[in-house]
Amino acid sequence: MDFIAILSIFVLACFVGYYVVWSVTPALHTPLMAVTNAISSVIIVGALIASAASGSASSKWLGLVAVTLASVNIFGGFAVTQRMLAMYKKKERPAAAKH
Amino acid sequence: MEHVAVNPWAALAYLIAGVCFILALRGLSSPTSSQRGNRFGMIGMAIAVVTTLVTHAPRLAQASYAAVEHGLDIDWGTAGLILVAIGIGAAIGITTARKIAMTAMPQLVAAFHSLVGLAAVLVACAAYLNPAAFGIVDAAGQILTVSRIEMGLGVAIGAITFSGSVIAFAKLNGNMGGAPILLPARHVLNLGTLVGILILIAYFTQDQAPWVFWTVTVLSFIIGFLLIIPIGGADMPVVVSMLNSYSGWAAAAMGFTLHNTAMIITGALVGSSGAILSYIMCRAMNRSFISVIAGGFGAEAASTGGAAKVDRPWKRGSAEDAAFLMSQAEQVIIVPGYGMAVAQAQHALREMADKLKEHGVRVKYAIHPVAGRMPGHMNVLLAEANVPYDEVFELEDINSEFAQTDVAFVIGANDVTNPAAKTDKTSPIYGMPVLDVEKAKTVLFVKRSMGGVGYAGVDNDVFYMDNTMMLLADAKKMVEEIVKSLD
Repeated sequence: MDFIAILSIFVLACFVGYYVVWSVTPALHTPLMAVTNAISSVIIVGALIASAASGSASSKWLGLVAVTLASVNIFGGFAVTQRMLAMYKKKERPAAAKH
Repeated sequence: MEHVAVNPWAALAYLIAGVCFILALRGLSSPTSSQRGNRFGMIGMAIAVVTTLVTHAPRLAQASYAAVEHGLDIDWGTAGLILVAIGIGAAIGITTARKIAMTAMPQLVAAFHSLVGLAAVLVACAAYLNPAAFGIVDAAGQILTVSRIEMGLGVAIGAITFSGSVIAFAKLNGNMGGAPILLPARHVLNLGTLVGILILIAYFTQDQAPWVFWTVTVLSFIIGFLLIIPIGGADMPVVVSMLNSYSGWAAAAMGFTLHNTAMIITGALVGSSGAILSYIMCRAMNRSFISVIAGGFGAEAASTGGAAKVDRPWKRGSAEDAAFLMSQAEQVIIVPGYGMAVAQAQHALREMADKLKEHGVRVKYAIHPVAGRMPGHMNVLLAEANVPYDEVFELEDINSEFAQTDVAFVIGANDVTNPAAKTDKTSPIYGMPVLDVEKAKTVLFVKRSMGGVGYAGVDNDVFYMDNTMMLLADAKKMVEEIVKSLD
């Protein structure tokens, strides 16, 4: 892929991000931060490449540390988001109200 | 340009991962779809990780031709190390996520940001040390010019995210005072360092010497630190959002280096998310982004606001008075703030609301966008205490209702209720949108003491109004006493 193709994806994704994020309800802004945190750890892809590559031991170990850090974030971020989201409940309507 | 040949299936998989991340954020538009959204996020991440593990499996350097042909040259030692690294991270992450108290969520998010930042720095360093593995070298073995810019920006943004988040964490966690620390000539110092970093990145395109790369890294760590120390505790919602944004841009920069669509899409999403949240927070404080970043807000305001304080008569109420007033009311609006979080009063508060409902009182909650230490902080705490989210309203949706409300119950909030923001042009918070609590028939104001002022350091006229009753006590104790009196 050439630079312009990648740049196009980036610019369009910025617009998608803009509209998607504005549609997030303010009540969920904390889970939004937690989940964006988790997904930005997709940087683990770079860390995995560095860890797997042969040729430079220091590069490999830096990669492994980065894999660990990013994993903390991925698992922690999604888990804490899940925990928060499970707490948001609607008012319990009494069963009698249905009749 | 010589790149590692892109496997079209891998490229497709990364694209699908990117789409999953978009759907993850899209799900957050309502609490009912949010959990499904989060699952999309997990699926996207799983796709990205598995794809990378498959396409970039560690290979043995000396393998027979036959082994390579049949894909049997996997370096299981390294593969094992990678899996162990993931396992350690998963164990730490999941344990932390389970144990953390909801009131500590701002610190946790700051800590997580610092990890993304540091991971980005490490990946950029690894790419610098072993560029061939990332497919970013030209025929002469030099790193491609465009990749040098991307790497330079990636390492700089990552380092700023890391050191900035560490300071934000220390301030939020109380390891460091919340007050802004003002260095002399800090604006010159900060701007100079930033310009220096940009010049060095430009020079890096000409000369890929190690000293250039490492100087950029070190300077970026320093600037991240310098940028956050002058910012006070109440501005933390903006800082945390801003660092969120940076962590996204760092991921995007590395995505450019790796030509990876999942990383680029994610970086753009997270970057815009953080930027929008910062904007919302700034708007809710009627302050410009620049003034927040320049820092020192709390310090300057405290010195001016403190002097203007005069002794004025005010009324003190007891828990019994409060219980009586609220039980007679038709509608009560509860206004929670950071003080509620500090006192961990959310569960007691929900109990109080339940008791009031038994008395036939309508209870609603009004949330100011900057209440608490991060966007949406109050909503999470109320959700934790089992407050149904359809009883919780944002400022613009509920502000007109105070005039028809019998009791406004302010707990741990101050500046966000100050009418001076509407009337007093000299006030440091003038122009900030506030909750019109003073329009309610009675205002009950839970506060630890009359001495302390809000974060902006300004006195609040609501304290001295005829229809205000001050309930001076620890927020949790006061609410518990009210609950007892309601029986």
